[in-house]
Parts: sequence; C-alpha cells; structure tokens
Amino acid sequence: MTRQGRRKVLSDVNFRLGRGENLGILGRNGAGKSTLIRLISGAERPTSGRILRDMRVSWPLAFGGAFQIHLSGLDNLKFVCRVYGVDYKPLVPFVEEFTELGIYFREPVLHYSHGMLTRLAFALSMAIEFDCFLIDEAMVVGDARFHERCHFELFHKRKDRAFILVTHDANVIKLYCKNACVLHEGHLLQFPSVDAAYDFYQGTISARPEPVEL
Amino acid sequence: MLIETALHMATETTPSLLHCLGIQRRVLHALMMREIITRFGRENLGVLWLVGEPMLFTLGVTTLWSFAGMVHVSAIPIVAFAITGYSSVLLWRNSASRAVGAILQNKPLLFHRNVRVIDVLLIRTVIEMGGATASFIVLSLFFIFIGWVSAPVDPLEVLFGWMMLAWFGASLAILIGAGTAFSDIVERIWTPIAYLMFPISGAAFMVDWLPVGVQKFVLLLPMVHGIEILREGYFGNVVPAHYDVTYMATCCLLLSLAGLYAVREANRRVEF
Repeated sequence: MTRQGRRKVLSDVNFRLGRGENLGILGRNGAGKSTLIRLISGAERPTSGRILRDMRVSWPLAFGGAFQIHLSGLDNLKFVCRVYGVDYKPLVPFVEEFTELGIYFREPVLHYSHGMLTRLAFALSMAIEFDCFLIDEAMVVGDARFHERCHFELFHKRKDRAFILVTHDANVIKLYCKNACVLHEGHLLQFPSVDAAYDFYQGTISARPEPVEL
Repeated sequence: MLIETALHMATETTPSLLHCLGIQRRVLHALMMREIITRFGRENLGVLWLVGEPMLFTLGVTTLWSFAGMVHVSAIPIVAFAITGYSSVLLWRNSASRAVGAILQNKPLLFHRNVRVIDVLLIRTVIEMGGATASFIVLSLFFIFIGWVSAPVDPLEVLFGWMMLAWFGASLAILIGAGTAFSDIVERIWTPIAYLMFPISGAAFMVDWLPVGVQKFVLLLPMVHGIEILREGYFGNVVPAHYDVTYMATCCLLLSLAGLYAVREANRRVEF
C-alpha cells in the first residue's frame, strides 16, 4: 500500500530451494528484494500464492533488523533463544566473543554503532541453528575483518546449509552463490548460470537513463 | 506465487496442535520477559512496580476523594468506594492505553515469523491486568485488615464483575492496539476518549444516584455494568445496582470480534 493506492511489488515469483543449495537474488533498490525475503521468512504473508517451508528457515538477516532497541544485546539474545526454544546460556560465550561488544553487550542496543549492530545481528542468527539462512545485504556492511569472520562462520562452518542472499551488488552474488536470479519489475527472472544473471543485471543497470547534468 | 524451500513436497504436513501450543507458549514467555525488562528495568523495585504503580494511583485518588470531603457517599465508605472504582478503571483503561504503542515498539520483533501482532497485544494486556488485579487484591486485603473496609459481601460476584471488566478491557485493548496499524488517528483520539470516559465510567458514582433520565444513557457504556456488578458483590444491597449482564456480554463479544478482525488485517499492514 502506498499513498497512491495499492502497488503490486511482486508477481508470479516461483522457485524452489533444496537443502544445502543456495541462491543469489539481484535487484536494484526498490525492486522488492526485502519484501521477497520477508515473504520467504514468513514475517509477511503473500496477498496470494503459497510459500512452503520444510526446513528451519531463519528470519531475514538484515543489518539492524529484528532487535528491540531498549533491550541489551544479551537480552536480545535471550529473547531470540526463547522464541526459537533454545537454551541461551551455552551461547553467551560465542556471541560475546564474535560481537566483540565488551561491556556494551549488557547495554541497550540503541547505544550501538552500525558496526556493533551488524555484528550482533549476525552472531544472533548464527547462535540459532537454521537449515536455511535468509541474508538481506547483511554481508555488505561492516569492515574487512568482519566480512572474513562472517564468511568463515557461514560459508565454511555451515557450508552444508542452504541460503538465499539478496543484494544489489552483483559481485557479492558472484562470490558466494551457485545460482542467481534477477528481480526485475516485479518478476523473478531465472538464469542458467550466475554469469548470465550477472550480465543481464549489469545490462539493466546501464540501460537506466542517467540524469542529465546541466 | 509458489516458493518452496524444501526437498520433498510430500512432507508438507500440518503441525500438531500441541506443537503449535508449544511455540505459542515460548513466544508469549519471550515477549513477557521482554516487556517486563524494558518497562520496569532491573533497578530498585523492578517488576514490583507492576503492582506498585496502580497501587499508588489508587491510593492517590482515594486520598484526594477523602480530602474532598466525601467521607461517606450515601452508605458506602469512601475508601472502599474509591478502591473499587479506581481499580476498575485501571483494569479496562490501562491495557488499552498500553496497547497503543505495542505494534510500533515491537515491530522489529515481528521479523520472527512466530511473533505475531496478537501476541504482542495479548502479552501487554496480560501484564497490565495482572498488575491492576494484584493492586486491587493487595489494597483490599490491607484496608480490610486495618478495618477501614469490610470484607466483600459476595466475593464470587466481585470476581464475576472483575472478569467482565477484564473481558471488556482486553477486547478494547486488542481493537485499539490493532487500530494503530491502520492510522495514527486511533492513537490521537484514544487519549481524549480515555480521559473523558473516566467521569462517566461509573467509577465515581453509582447509577442509582443519577436522575432516571440520565441512567439509561450512562448504562449504554458497557463498563458501567461491570462496576455495578462488582460493587453489588462488594457492598451487597446498600445501594441498588443497575446492570444487564446480557447487554454487557453482547458489547464485549462484538468488541472482541471487531478486535480479532482488526488484528488479522493489522498483520498485513505492519510495514517494516
């Protein structure tokens, strides 16, 4: 819904992801990437159609999302553990170590910097064991060291898991994904290879009319 | 749209009711802890404020009314009158007022698929009503113990009146809370409505004291019936009570249905 009335964001999107498979979805800003991720996660329900989840699918791992900002990092960990039925105590050392929050781990999230939020978001989602991770540009934020650690946690320690990664950055997809789609004008276009998707996507970007400088 | 994140379509089964109840229990527990921590913190009295806050309110109003020279209103001692009246208002009004910010303040938590709008609204209502109920019980017991108030004539009728008010309050809270997902106007008009409702909600009078012509208008408000039942249970027939259980129940039922419908629609409208 917008001020101008209903707007169709996605239509006729069909795909299937098996255990251990991964998929990169490319789309420009506003293409509906985050909407699609939220639909897959179940946080939002589609207006029509079906979404079947037969794996333990994560919540959308977006930077800063899924936190109550008045709770501390530790209380957010407890919340997530309670919701997913996991004992939080054994996870505290991992999250504390990974996030490098120090004393801030016990301070309200609203005092965190972007980097701290991102590290906490990532650590929380690693704390709960999922079969399929939904990643909404989370990997794009943060410094090189954080990238490296995320890379290790997700793509080495959990390389048997499935994931769906959405981003506007074609190079990220090329780096991590075995399959790729492009979200273009509400439709999900499938391609035989990541390279084909990459080329098409780069084409849609350059086809965009540039603002004329006077 | 068809999206599958699965290997075998054949394994698509409806989870058992027991399994779902387990998830529901976990989500409500998590939300309960989340609300209590942010609302009352861990310092000084902590969660005891849940009971302390409504007690302070009720005691304050009781003191004000006593000083206002109303030592006895008809045959009812002012302390008992104020406690029954103001506790009832806290019961139905505060949960609706707390429901106003519920969706906005918990929006990020709705990222988790099992955390839904109804859970957020339910848990706030439960916390608020738990506090109001505990405050009512503690104050009653205290004043009965020191002899300022005599014990309720019919505790079961008090309980019944209290439950009816709780039903009214819960359905109102769910409707108002879900309404905030549709428009900010709900929040803006709720505050003046809640404020204006207090003097006509039956907290500060018995219907019997009003002119007959006014009575039937006042009795259009469902909560007036609840307070009349409660006071009849507390004081017996000292003042004749005017109420209609069927009318109040019908109002509550309609409010509940409207509230549940609004919650279902609100789920679709929450924007991240």
